[in-house]
Amino acid sequence: MKILAIESSGLTASAAFLDGETLKTEFTVNNRLTHSETLLPMIREMLDIAGIPIESADAIAVSAGPGSFTGLRIGAATAKGLALALNRPIVSVSALQAMAYGLSILSDAVICPIMDARRAQVYCAAFRCGAAVLDEGAKDIRDFINELAAIPDAEDAEFVFIGDGVPVHADTISSELPREVIFAGALFNRQRAAGVAELGSIIYKDWLLKHGLSAEEVSKAGADSISCFEGRVMNSDNFVPEYLRQTQAEREMKAGLLEDAGKHSLRKMQDKDTRRKREQ
Amino acid sequence: MMTDNENLTILGIESSCDETAAAVVRGGREVLSNIISSQIDVHTVYGGVVPEIASRLHCENINGVIRLALRDAGMDFGNIDAIAVTKGPGLVGALLVGVSEAKSLAFALNKPLVGVNHIEGHIAANYITHKDLKPPYVCLVVSGGHTHLAVVKDYRSFELVGRTMDDAAGETFDKVARAVGLGYPGGPKVDKAARDGDPEAIAFPRGEVKDRPYDFTFSGLKSAVLNHINLANMKGETVNVADLTASFQSAVVDSLVGRTVRCASELGIDTVAIAGGVSSNTALRREMAAACEKKHIRCVYPEPVYCTDNAAMIASAGYFAYLGGVRDDESLNAYPNLKLG
Repeated sequence: MKILAIESSGLTASAAFLDGETLKTEFTVNNRLTHSETLLPMIREMLDIAGIPIESADAIAVSAGPGSFTGLRIGAATAKGLALALNRPIVSVSALQAMAYGLSILSDAVICPIMDARRAQVYCAAFRCGAAVLDEGAKDIRDFINELAAIPDAEDAEFVFIGDGVPVHADTISSELPREVIFAGALFNRQRAAGVAELGSIIYKDWLLKHGLSAEEVSKAGADSISCFEGRVMNSDNFVPEYLRQTQAEREMKAGLLEDAGKHSLRKMQDKDTRRKREQ
Repeated sequence: MMTDNENLTILGIESSCDETAAAVVRGGREVLSNIISSQIDVHTVYGGVVPEIASRLHCENINGVIRLALRDAGMDFGNIDAIAVTKGPGLVGALLVGVSEAKSLAFALNKPLVGVNHIEGHIAANYITHKDLKPPYVCLVVSGGHTHLAVVKDYRSFELVGRTMDDAAGETFDKVARAVGLGYPGGPKVDKAARDGDPEAIAFPRGEVKDRPYDFTFSGLKSAVLNHINLANMKGETVNVADLTASFQSAVVDSLVGRTVRCASELGIDTVAIAGGVSSNTALRREMAAACEKKHIRCVYPEPVYCTDNAAMIASAGYFAYLGGVRDDESLNAYPNLKLG
């Protein structure tokens, strides 16, 4: 089973190719280049250098989020285009779980991926021995710390923090979480497509097993001929990122802050116009 | 694959604002399919396009839209010679969905990729409706985001001779519509309301830009309309929406038609085209045609479905770009402020 994986949920753009148990190649760039200009050239280069034809991928695993909305969509549209062209399924993988995966299966430490979600919040979750002990969410960092402290049977466990939320919130975590805290180093502390590939392959294998199919059979028949997709394995049409947050407009509408369009007063509209002009 | 130019088949993809669209066009002028998934109902609630919502919906709908475009054309990817995609101008997050998708398709299918300027796409919509149209001609591009007066010297050569100094024409329609409670989108609603009104009921200003005879300004007009409404409200009078919209629309149309026809006359060009969402406005079409006829100028405009955002026009512009040798690669980006020419 061959998996092409894509990860662009944060500042890192990353791609990997997993063939069975072997990670054939992984390219990662974290140097503030725009994903739109980086991601696909990187995939092309990576496959060229590794001598892997893109058609050999049985599925496209993609980091679904949470993360930067635009970054997620660049990854999503890239994956959707590849999967549509190749007639392959998409395997949707949690960015947080993929980041934590490598660490969480190797120890009984509590692995805490946190991504800076601005407005004093983090996208976060906690995993132990490969399983989620706190579900994913967008939370205030202090609420998250309180939830971590309340995890049962973890008083003596190490709490390992990874992700781009660490540089922002390390001081708060160290001073407020009454546990042994470790901040992982560069090898583990950012998103990498290898994690997306491995987790994606496990999800895909489970689905194949459940339906008595092999990856080769699905690739030969084409994703369009499969009707039993479910959960995180899907036809490319149905994949959307998991933002974990509504848009600002939707939140304001819900909170009643945004008046119905028709009720906009003229004054307000003119003010907004002037403000916009000034900003330009 | 060897294909003669007339059979060259392009898949066009458009996602610059609030329409997710895909189309298959042969020879730059023959539309084999034209799928548009409009988000307008979603954005209407907010009184305008919300960029993040637009981007999310593009991402959700794009594969289904492309699939439908192929199916309607009776084709699969194997029949497609090249992929054209809007690279700008537009909302950056929205553009990125189409660009990323198109790049992946081109890469995985090993097809040529052509990034297209959205404004050139609007102009190219005229080639679809008028099979004999050839440059040179003067084109007025008017939409919610653009007001451009261009000389189309060749299929891929444009000289921008005039543009708006402030609001786009379509934006002004949206704002006036909102002010009188007609709602979003303003263009078609004002057009309809104005049909029963007297265009000379209220004397609204026709803005001029000093020393720039082909440029447009609509901010003075917009203020005059808003002030008229405010004044009426203060006096406790009801605004006659039909008269107000008719008078407003007539002021916009006068500005647009006057400059366009004068430009063609002064440059000795015998054809005028209109393009963009506002080119479906009935008053603009009528007045432009009448003014052109007086000067013995041919006046053309696209069918309404090709006036608003669509991917057939992108495939058409992409066809001419492809013939002109344009090829983009995997590093193609979205260019939200892309200029014409």
